[in-house]
Amino acid sequence: MTLLNDDQKMLRETAASFLAEEGSIAKQLRHWRDINCRDGFGHGLWKQFAELGLTGICIPEGHGGLGLGATETALVLEEIGRNLTPSPFLTTAVVAARAIEGTAHADRWYPGILSGEAVLALAIDEGPRHAPERTALEAARQGNGFLLNGAKQFVVQGGSADMIVTAARTAGSPGDTDGLTLFAVPKDSAGLEVENVGLVDSSKAARLAFDNVRLDADAVIGQVDGGWQALARALAAGSAGAAAELVGVASGASAMTLGYLRQRKQFGKLIGEFQALQHRAAHLYAEIEIARAAAFKAAELIDSADQSAELFVAVAKAKAADVASFAVREGVQMHGGIGMTDEHDIGLYMKREAVLGELFGDVFHHRERVAALSGY
Amino acid sequence: MSTDLDNFRTETRAWLDANCPPEMRQPIRSEADICWGGRNWTFESDAQRRWLEVMAERGWTVPDWPKDYGGGGLSTGEARVLKEEMQRIGARSPLTSFGISMLGPALLKFGTEEQKRHYLPQIARGEIRWCQGYSEPGAGSDLAGLQTKAEDKGDHWLVNGQKVWTSYADKADWIFCLVRTSAESKQGGISFLLFDMATPGVSTRAILLISGSSPFCETFFDDVKVPKAQIVGEVNKGWDVAKYLLGHEREMISAMGLGMGGSLGAATKPQDPMLRAEIAAFDVDALAFAAMSERFAAMWKAGEAHPASPSMMKYAGTELNKRRNELAMAAGASDALEWDSERSKSGKTPRDWLRSKGNSIEGGTSEIQLNIVAKHILRLPGA
Repeated sequence: MTLLNDDQKMLRETAASFLAEEGSIAKQLRHWRDINCRDGFGHGLWKQFAELGLTGICIPEGHGGLGLGATETALVLEEIGRNLTPSPFLTTAVVAARAIEGTAHADRWYPGILSGEAVLALAIDEGPRHAPERTALEAARQGNGFLLNGAKQFVVQGGSADMIVTAARTAGSPGDTDGLTLFAVPKDSAGLEVENVGLVDSSKAARLAFDNVRLDADAVIGQVDGGWQALARALAAGSAGAAAELVGVASGASAMTLGYLRQRKQFGKLIGEFQALQHRAAHLYAEIEIARAAAFKAAELIDSADQSAELFVAVAKAKAADVASFAVREGVQMHGGIGMTDEHDIGLYMKREAVLGELFGDVFHHRERVAALSGY
Repeated sequence: MSTDLDNFRTETRAWLDANCPPEMRQPIRSEADICWGGRNWTFESDAQRRWLEVMAERGWTVPDWPKDYGGGGLSTGEARVLKEEMQRIGARSPLTSFGISMLGPALLKFGTEEQKRHYLPQIARGEIRWCQGYSEPGAGSDLAGLQTKAEDKGDHWLVNGQKVWTSYADKADWIFCLVRTSAESKQGGISFLLFDMATPGVSTRAILLISGSSPFCETFFDDVKVPKAQIVGEVNKGWDVAKYLLGHEREMISAMGLGMGGSLGAATKPQDPMLRAEIAAFDVDALAFAAMSERFAAMWKAGEAHPASPSMMKYAGTELNKRRNELAMAAGASDALEWDSERSKSGKTPRDWLRSKGNSIEGGTSEIQLNIVAKHILRLPGA
């Protein structure tokens, strides 16, 4: 425990070299941004993920996947974060794959995920703040199926997805965790309006309007009214994954900033010689190490199905977002004027952090969870 | 492998159940509850004495030291299980000592076989209480500037000078002490000596702190004769020993970041929403640091940690502990101002708060730790 085994180290090295080479800012993020791509990521790269087996990282071996856990997922996501690589990895291969695990939808969608052809998304949020238990989107029984009405937002890659795992209310009222049901909503469902929105970091998230969207009973993922468990499992995987990606973002921004401190001269000295900056850099280093430890701890507890996993997932997401935000702010400030230019990459880290920090709940959401889970 | 550990856990649990006195499973109420051992130690109860004896007999005061030197010879995994099982029943540490946390590891690395066999078992059994002679009035952050002199007099060293911030020097039996054996080189003229505090010429004076306690002393050496063999490592190579030991001291001090008793919010139940939010932010940081401590300990053992990483841990842990105490004061509000009432346990909260300010000074200030991280880990220019 707490230390990586040889297989994990090898996976990290594979992911690191693949993403540094193929997933670089120049080849992916800037490329797709500058040609105004509607997906915000490259399908070619997603296929390469598949060739390495990475799209099947969370898919059980019985289905042809790698059957790995949150720890391995975190290793890959840290490298994704470091390179700001846009891809459906977190939403499709981790969160959606976990949400449909053990259901008939797994048989339907796992082959596409494994081959790098399918993109899946998750529709939870209905307002600007993440509050999954407040889900109000209505799924009313009608005949053998359901009729969905309501709206979703911040559906990451919802405009590119073939299927959207959608949380809806089949019973109870907003605030209840009982009475939620997950549905597999195909992209071309009649009555589903998808607005593809470009975000601050050049990724895409959709706003969805459900106007009498009719679904068969077999669109239900898991149990009617009992979707919370699968949703919580998927969100835990998502939050822990986002935490790991944020650690990567923080590390990438910090490495870039340290490089600048070692090269930029003012007053006839390298600015990295100034103690005022050295102390800030050293403090940031400590914070990033702590955030990484928290992210690994959360992953480890998920993998061992430990009771305190829920608490540590909240700790990890809150801490990683806090530290990554600090890292990118320090990064832009220490770069001075050049850090304000679009030409320089440091600003891209700041933009990515803003989105990841919000995804699956921001710092305040997760601090609140830590307080609630600790009994105060 | 895991079944071995499971077996060890079962055995350990049973043994602790049978051998840990009920009184030693109570939370620590005062200084007297912490057993430091030593020649002059007065056990506050039979239970305290018994607990030390049975644990020392098993080598479990120093579970991961080799058996030959009085340790338990446990693997990392077994030592962790023991710690977890002790925590499970709230067992107190049988022995707290600078011999265990600081000198022991340095002797294991730099001591001669004879020194190890002589000193380590005494440390493990809590027979000798050690203090640390490092800082001097003119050598604080700039520790290598120390001036306490040890002259080679053929069959002995003659030590003259003054130390300060010597923890519990007035209660210690022996001292491990940095002395200048050469003026030729700053770091390369330092040696590491061990000697008895009862030696003629040694005197101490306690320093009263803002917290009202006196854990530190000024220590004076006036023609103190130290046998030649009581040097650890080579002459003028004491700085290596000193730095190694400081790493362990920093590791120990960083454990303060783990705090006592878990969630601050759970302990204080803050009603004020603004304070509750700050305490929740603190609890996130504290739990994240706890994860870091675990990871650091495992990496350190496995040799995967950067040699300078104890500085990072010391910095983060002590700053965190200061924050915890600030928030404990805020949560206590005017109750936390009481200094001498019984209700406040003689001002435990404000005394702890004031004492915690020293955490980021002792063992090397936060600023020194940041210098070390910048130089040795980040390799920033000119650092």
